[in-house]
Amino acid sequence: MWNMKQLEYGALARRANQIKDELRQGVRRPYKEVIDVFQGDLHRAGMKPLTFVRQVLAACVYPPLINSSNLPLDVRQRAQEELGRCVGGSVGSYSAAPGIPEIIHSISEFIKRRDGGIPSHPENIYISPGSQWSISNILNVLVNREASPRTGVLIPVPCHNKTVLSITQLGAVAVPYYLSEEQGWALQVEELQRALESAKGVCNPVALYVINPGNPAGYVQSQKSVLEVIRFAWEKRLFLLVDELYQDRVYGENCEFVSYKRAVSEMGPPFSGTVELASFHSVSKGFSGECGLRAGYVELVNLDPAVMKYIHTLFSKDACSPVLGQIALDLMTDPPKPGDPSYLLYKQEIEQIRTVLLHSVKKVHEVVNSLPGFSCPPIEGGLFAFPRLHLTPKAIQKAKELGLQPDTFYCTRLLEEGGVFTGPGWEYGQKEGTYHIRFCIAVPQDIMEELLRRLSSFHMTFMKDFS
Amino acid sequence: MSQQAVNGVSHRGRVLTLDSMNPNVKRVEYAVRGPIVQRAVQIEKELKEGAKKPFTEVIKANIGDAHAMGQKPITFFRQVLALCSYPALLEDSKFPEDAKQRARRILEACGGHSIGAYSASQGIECIRQDVARYIEKRDGGIPSNPDNIYLSTGASDAIVTILKLLVCGEGRDRTGVMISIPQYPLYSAALADLGAVQINYYLDEDNCWSLNITELRRALSAAREHCNPRVLCIINPGNPTGQVQSRQCIEDVIRFAKEEHLFLMADEVYQDNVYAEGCQFHSFKKVLFEMGPEYSNTVEMASFHSTSKCYMGECGFRGGYMEVINLDPEVKAQLIKLVSVRLCPPVPGQALLDLVVNPPQPDEPSYATFMKERTAVLSALAEKARLTEQIFNTVPGITCNPVQGAMYTFPRITLPQKAIDKAKELGLVPDMFYCMRLLDEEGICLVPGSGFGQREGTYHFRMTILPPTEKLKVVLQKIREFQLHFTQEFS
Repeated sequence: MWNMKQLEYGALARRANQIKDELRQGVRRPYKEVIDVFQGDLHRAGMKPLTFVRQVLAACVYPPLINSSNLPLDVRQRAQEELGRCVGGSVGSYSAAPGIPEIIHSISEFIKRRDGGIPSHPENIYISPGSQWSISNILNVLVNREASPRTGVLIPVPCHNKTVLSITQLGAVAVPYYLSEEQGWALQVEELQRALESAKGVCNPVALYVINPGNPAGYVQSQKSVLEVIRFAWEKRLFLLVDELYQDRVYGENCEFVSYKRAVSEMGPPFSGTVELASFHSVSKGFSGECGLRAGYVELVNLDPAVMKYIHTLFSKDACSPVLGQIALDLMTDPPKPGDPSYLLYKQEIEQIRTVLLHSVKKVHEVVNSLPGFSCPPIEGGLFAFPRLHLTPKAIQKAKELGLQPDTFYCTRLLEEGGVFTGPGWEYGQKEGTYHIRFCIAVPQDIMEELLRRLSSFHMTFMKDFS
Repeated sequence: MSQQAVNGVSHRGRVLTLDSMNPNVKRVEYAVRGPIVQRAVQIEKELKEGAKKPFTEVIKANIGDAHAMGQKPITFFRQVLALCSYPALLEDSKFPEDAKQRARRILEACGGHSIGAYSASQGIECIRQDVARYIEKRDGGIPSNPDNIYLSTGASDAIVTILKLLVCGEGRDRTGVMISIPQYPLYSAALADLGAVQINYYLDEDNCWSLNITELRRALSAAREHCNPRVLCIINPGNPTGQVQSRQCIEDVIRFAKEEHLFLMADEVYQDNVYAEGCQFHSFKKVLFEMGPEYSNTVEMASFHSTSKCYMGECGFRGGYMEVINLDPEVKAQLIKLVSVRLCPPVPGQALLDLVVNPPQPDEPSYATFMKERTAVLSALAEKARLTEQIFNTVPGITCNPVQGAMYTFPRITLPQKAIDKAKELGLVPDMFYCMRLLDEEGICLVPGSGFGQREGTYHFRMTILPPTEKLKVVLQKIREFQLHFTQEFS
């Protein structure tokens, strides 16, 4: 019997792997496989890679495929183009430290198109092995380890824990600001003010980290909210770090992704020329879902040119980003166009993913809100559901006895008995006395149905056991 | 009142300035991609725009990038990786069966059978197991535990991670890290970034860049005055110097590390790049264990390897690993947390590493081609190493130690006093001045020795031996001509 008292970092993940191994070896459990929705990992959750992307990558890796009639013409041409940009015509050579120049150019064009024509300068863009890598690098420049008081960074609660880990590992202080669950996880400026006040005497806040669309909470900031945050950052002299990985994931009918870069620019002077901003995107969470290739980028706006020189050196000591990941980024920012041989299939696959997600978002909201002791605001964007658990005192008590956080207790039981691997809310931060779970909603339809079936069944039993 | 306010300038002070930024970052330099490379890129741009120069291309002999210099990838590796990227190709009869088998195995180990899924932060388990088996085979059967293997984004990532774990303390207690001079500047960059104390120990240029324990002792006792030395880094085969340490030397270093209670970091990314007769790669792990339990149970060590060098030269895949020995279990727990922040190393790089440690066997269809390609690369490198040493030693003003291994030559250049004075006038370090001139006049990009560290008053440059043999001959010839002409100009 697994010792429920062992609460260490990654314990739940290790247990999930253990169970997966047991199932592979034929051990009987109430389910045949674990539904792994712990991470925002589309492929692990069962979604398929985009055909065009994988065909191009394969031809880049093994150039004889460029002459293969089995691959569409545009795939072969694109692979040839990509290889032409690689030094020595090989994906095995290093690229320039910020990234392959033509791909950076592609990204800047993508940003420009996205932002209604507002120019994006290639020399302000750096590609890195995943967005967390550039977030860490930028934080490294911002955090003065020798400073007293220590450097502070405002972070949302809830927040995915990687950035928080980076902040603490650099010796800085994470200053939490609470998103308002009652208002669909809205970011309220008064709360930013309160957080800033709370930092007095504790640390010196220099940066404000925002996730839009959210993770784990599935909100999408309104235009008004974005402008308020920018104004606040400007007034309080905070460097804006904006995590926009889920910009392609917007479902809410009246919701629209508003890029901070665009908003800053459209606000005009003095903001447009002075708000210091780093916005992050990646190839991991878009439709291609290529988490394992490790490619993301940061666009830096209004930074001191003297500081930019050092940022450049910092990125260059890491050699460069994996070239296949850079190519995947290029394919994301410059996909097949109408008329291209691969366009129809590409569009079809994207539509399929979009349809599945829209369906998931509705179903999850419906099912979770129909269960007693479970509630969830509409999922406007992102890749996760972050429903609230209204646990009974009995359940909370049992958790305490076992030395577990109440939502970890729930997730542990859900894994063991229901075969669904989710993340406990405490790992992301939440208001004291509230409990949540997080799970990825980017799963194929049949798996989502199974997930919700198991979740409902487990939840009813759990609530009954601890009523 | 601020100067700006006095001037009436409406320019508002920024949040992130040279004064407010992390001061450590300002100390970071990385010569391999530093100012000389920026100048080379500028020249390439000018050539592209039609500018007339005494050369038609810039030869980038500054960076250890084999494919950039025309080396071909290993066919088998690329076939398996293509199959992993686009599994529909598993139905394509043009791919050999052993490649398909490897691809299926790798895909089976990936989430959702896709290389696009995150892996565990430590790396895909069956690949770590394969790496452990490779190490065991390489080291004559000495066991390797997969739990001690951490896959990484190139070796650089693992090196920086370990340093992050090791560097602590304030003031006189700040961690000191011993590194060879000359060294690969990732180390100095990482140490500057972490605010660690760099402790230089000089390799002996007059004795083929060998490592002397007396020199280690000297450096260590001097360092103890102002920091807390805890780490000893060694690059073997060496970069930039190309020496392959003898077994005796490795034993001496291990003994020294034990006596002085130092954590050993053994950078072994060039372990297949050994050319000189009489030289052999001895892994630190192997020697450690052969010295008996008194050492193998106590010396704490991390050894590093990568897919960027050797015969595959796949820099762009960012594959690598480290093996840690005798790490405190609590420290290991922190290590796991540290590597989890970046989520995981690139999966294609992990897959490639799996093939490097698990290449075609004699009974497999791809074996013959694989061995042919591998042998061709390594023998070409050996020939170029020999050629480089031979030619450079015929040039007055250039002396060159044998290139026993790795991918570089680090010859010493004698600069006329007038040239040194001119450099100072221009605010340049003398060997940077030399290299800039060489770049401007011949279109050859090298890295000045000052980027790697060298004894005061000596000057060097680092050149890769990677260009194809015929081109390398031309490069060597041009450098000879330049050296003669430069010496004359400043005589």
